[in-house]
Amino acid sequence: MSGKPSRTVMAPASVPALARHVKMRHDKVRNRWVILAPERVFTPDAVAIAVLQLCDGKRSVEAIAVALEQTYNAPKERIIGDILPMLQDLADRGVVTA
Amino acid sequence: MNPFSFSTSAEQTRALGPPLGLLAELTHRCPLQCPYCSNPLVLERAGGELPTEIWLDVLEQAAALGVLQLHLSGGEPTLRPDLDEIVALAAKVGLYASLITAGVLLTRERLEKLAALGLDHVQVSVQDAEPGNADRIARHAGGHAKKIEVARWVRTLKLPLTVNAPVHRQNISNLPAIIDLAVDLGAQRLEVAHVQYYGWALHNRQALMPTRRQVLDSVELVERARERLKGVLVIDFVVPDYYARRPKPCMGGWGRGSINITPSGRALPCHAAETIPGLLFDNVRDKRLADIWLHSDAFQRFRGTDWMPQPCRSCELRTVDWGGCRCQALAFAGDAGLTDPACAKSDLHAAFTQIAEAEASEPARELVFRNPRAGRDVEVGRR
Repeated sequence: MSGKPSRTVMAPASVPALARHVKMRHDKVRNRWVILAPERVFTPDAVAIAVLQLCDGKRSVEAIAVALEQTYNAPKERIIGDILPMLQDLADRGVVTA
Repeated sequence: MNPFSFSTSAEQTRALGPPLGLLAELTHRCPLQCPYCSNPLVLERAGGELPTEIWLDVLEQAAALGVLQLHLSGGEPTLRPDLDEIVALAAKVGLYASLITAGVLLTRERLEKLAALGLDHVQVSVQDAEPGNADRIARHAGGHAKKIEVARWVRTLKLPLTVNAPVHRQNISNLPAIIDLAVDLGAQRLEVAHVQYYGWALHNRQALMPTRRQVLDSVELVERARERLKGVLVIDFVVPDYYARRPKPCMGGWGRGSINITPSGRALPCHAAETIPGLLFDNVRDKRLADIWLHSDAFQRFRGTDWMPQPCRSCELRTVDWGGCRCQALAFAGDAGLTDPACAKSDLHAAFTQIAEAEASEPARELVFRNPRAGRDVEVGRR
């Protein structure tokens, strides 16, 4: 056993992925993306969707930021600064792991 | 502004959309006899329950209507042999399926099968952290130990686990141990739910009502635990509104976000709605779910703000709490169309709070445990 569960702390080198029990899918009725988790429905905005679609358990936060540099026309440092708090918040809600 | 902000279902838009959740009460039968059960006093018999094919059809309709979350509940849903088929259908149509169970009837094989069929999440109830008291409250010898075993299977199978702990004066002193138990079991989520006083719980209110001090202590305890367990355990907390100043937004607003289906197929805006006289409920045997959601008398009656009396109608919080709880207005004020007495703006608020304080200060009377005979006796006694 790995002992007591502990909080995931996101850093640029972290490799985030959607938690195993979380489902991200397109809601046809409302025409939007939703994230389904126990007793929770999250409705991510367009940027969050772009980030989460890159959370594949292979790319690091830094690699995700690099992938988004062109899309959002911003340097990776700035994108990391924006997405780290978001990913930390999602980790605290149990939506992503790393 | 952070462009990556999220909004949750609690911040849903004010316009009426399709329901997000459906609570399927597959049966009222249950091996436990918790004295605060949310089922009605008069319990549905097995013979009145919907057949499999209607449940499957209703869930297909629900997914098409826009329901995202399915709660398979009861009574004890694992008593239905067709739970497996229902879970498989939910997975097929994309409903996020949660099993809300007492656990005591589950075998590891059945749980494995349900997981393989696509069950998304399991919620196991506990009546206390102390086994003797837990079994006394559920009136089921050995129940607590079995629940712990089932909760561990859930995690072994890598399913997410919620521990649901109803709290009241007969177990609230063990809240720290209940939180520790949830962490020890590897739960992702703990629901600390102060008992809500309708039906069975209303009948047992005197024996369940905590003191104001106990409630305030529990609020502080949960706040500290949330901070300490951030990223480890999500704690959802339902506070008792007898000591509140503002009512809870019951069900996120009447007929706004979810729909309950009873074992016999009646569609309700909340599980206590049948206590309100004069409401006409439609049955999924007779009507399509979309039709019921949009037009059923029971859903329309208290939907939105048009039904509201003063001071609710001109209150700035009218679309925040949606007028609170109609069943509580009925139970306490005698009319489901009046202001919820939990609101400090209600003329009855002072009396409402005083009753709670008076009841909590007296020694607890004997509990009336939930079972079909006791329910009929209570109903007869009321007439």
